Amino acid sequence: MAVAQQKTLAMNGDEAVALAVKQSDVDVVAAYPITPQTIIVERLSEYVANGEVETEFVCTESEHSALTACLAASATGARTFTASASAGLALMHEILYVTSGCRAPVVMAIANRALSAPINIHCDHSDSMVERDSCWIQIYAENSQETYDSMIQSFRIAEHLQVLLPVMVCLDAFVLSHTLENVQILADETVRKFVGVRQFPLVMGHEGKEVPFKLDPNNPITMGPLDLHDYYFEHKRQQEEAMKIAPRIIKEIHEEFSRISGRKYGNGLIEAYRLEDADIATVCVGSTAGTTKTVVDHLRTKGTKAGLLRLRTFRPLPLTEIMGALENVKALAIMDRSNSFGGSGGPIYHEIRHSMYDAPTHPHIVNYIYGLGGRDMPPTTILNIYKDLQEILQTKKVKRDVQFAGVRQ
Amino acid sequence: MTTTSWKPTAKEIVEKAELFTSGHRACAGCGPAIALRQVMKATRGPTIVTNATGCMEVVSTIYPYTAWKVPWIHTAFENVAANASGIEAALKAMKRKGRLAHENIDVIAFAGDGGTFDIGIQALSGAVERGHDFLYVLYDNEAYMNTGIQRSGSTPHGASTTTSPAGRVIPGKLQYKKPIADIMVAHEIPYVATASIAYWQDLLVKARRGLETEGPAFMHIFTPCPRGWRYDTSKTIEIARLGVETCIFPLWETIDGEYNLSPQSKIFALKPERKKKISGYLKMQRRFKHLFRPKFKHVIDEIQHRVDERWNRLLKRCNMTQSD
Repeated sequence: MAVAQQKTLAMNGDEAVALAVKQSDVDVVAAYPITPQTIIVERLSEYVANGEVETEFVCTESEHSALTACLAASATGARTFTASASAGLALMHEILYVTSGCRAPVVMAIANRALSAPINIHCDHSDSMVERDSCWIQIYAENSQETYDSMIQSFRIAEHLQVLLPVMVCLDAFVLSHTLENVQILADETVRKFVGVRQFPLVMGHEGKEVPFKLDPNNPITMGPLDLHDYYFEHKRQQEEAMKIAPRIIKEIHEEFSRISGRKYGNGLIEAYRLEDADIATVCVGSTAGTTKTVVDHLRTKGTKAGLLRLRTFRPLPLTEIMGALENVKALAIMDRSNSFGGSGGPIYHEIRHSMYDAPTHPHIVNYIYGLGGRDMPPTTILNIYKDLQEILQTKKVKRDVQFAGVRQ
Repeated sequence: MTTTSWKPTAKEIVEKAELFTSGHRACAGCGPAIALRQVMKATRGPTIVTNATGCMEVVSTIYPYTAWKVPWIHTAFENVAANASGIEAALKAMKRKGRLAHENIDVIAFAGDGGTFDIGIQALSGAVERGHDFLYVLYDNEAYMNTGIQRSGSTPHGASTTTSPAGRVIPGKLQYKKPIADIMVAHEIPYVATASIAYWQDLLVKARRGLETEGPAFMHIFTPCPRGWRYDTSKTIEIARLGVETCIFPLWETIDGEYNLSPQSKIFALKPERKKKISGYLKMQRRFKHLFRPKFKHVIDEIQHRVDERWNRLLKRCNMTQSD
């Protein structure tokens, strides 16, 4: 397959999401506005108002209802999309679990924003990180181009018959959601062909025959029943199995998409940047990776063996890939744009540090909580983190394992 | 809107297939289960049902069993109207794209009083404001029965529940029942009706009207609960009828906002002497037992006063006055 013809448009991350939804033959969008996600909903409303899409747009009275409507529409057989951030995502919390539990392949864009209080509309990852246990696939984009590409891939991932799980595409508030960037756009028909028409797995129906897994009067099934101690556990176990299969599917769809777009983000799960011979490295998600790459390049010109590992998916967490990529690193800084208060650092730190326990050798690991409430993460702050890593490399000692970067002490 | 000319006979209804089947685990004498069975007898074709969390969800779908012969979904407690919104939107979009096998599919949302008066009212208000085409059926048993008889916004004044217990000082619930059907009329939706399981034909006709309505329709069904109201399981229909005869739960409907008293209640407007006193209704239910102690007897008068006040207000809305 040859790379398809594309055109370059200047757009922000929110507009890139809306365009991807427009092109992906989405049946139902149910959403509620919240800064900084609002532009997505506004653009989609415009597409509907101008008759550019056949999508049914439901402007709900709350995020709780927005996700509920998507879930129910998805159960009815529709391809569905919603978007949220911060308090809106927190209000959806209950229905996040119901959506994955009902195996409804809803796709949602999250313009990552801090949680109240104090109220703050700017970027951090507290909103989506707190939902890491809700059985949603989480993809964190580095830039608007990746946001656009990930959105299109997400419909395929979510609806894959071996996965059937909802997907969050996370883009950093304002840094991506509101910043103009040149984005390469595929033709409508190319995207439509790539996403295809939604398929349904067969399940055992009421009369003992196999029927499509959706609300269909010709083949009635009961969805979301009372499920007690005799079966609930098995159903939850099945969700874990789907998450185990998901990495392979995400990689395959990422690979297939790269053949028409010419763009790749590592292997679709992780992106290793100058890690092959790196002694010191950082791990992060989201737009901070872009700034960090510049810092790594700068350090490399000075002869410092620095690298970066960017996680594209945090759920599923591609542990094997992460371990492989960090195999030779001697001092490692894990960057968390959210905190687990009263715990021992941020969520990415917890999981990577824990996974190193069984490794034959592991690096000195330090955690940096950074950028809460949209606090800027300039190259100088990142450079200081690499300087700390160089010191750890020399002294072979971590003075404090959890630190805060860019905060008044 | 046009009104249905459908007048179901008992024979026709008995012969019509059960869509909400027996074998579910509702209590003996359960009013809501009767309401669901009656509403499902009024369906006119392909139908999708969504249920809020509550008694009827719990008793009818214990995995791997189901009492439903139609596609059915439950997601949570406070959002059944949002479920209906999503289902209706999906049907519209798929029909537009030629991906729907049916010309029309009706959508029914069932919820109890907790899921309607209290936690679900936001989603309900939003869904009807948006004008989705669905029938919302409230089965009202006047408390959170599924969790063990806690008071709701529907629980009547003076009723003892586990969170409004009758004590030495307080005579059960101090507040009055929220006028939910009038609140729905105030949303200016095309069809609102009240119904009682004691009058099945009236209930079925109203359910059919709700389904035929283009846009949102709301039905408030009075469904006594032997466990929560504390009466013998054989008395459910009798109490449901008494609710109408005392005018504590009058039957009426609004078509495009115009109030019409249903015949079962109209009789008490025309012949007020036949309207029964509320004390007999209260006496039958042990949730009101404490009101018959000398200390709390005045509460019965308060209830009677409020029943009369609301009844007279309804008569004015129906352009009728009680002739006493």
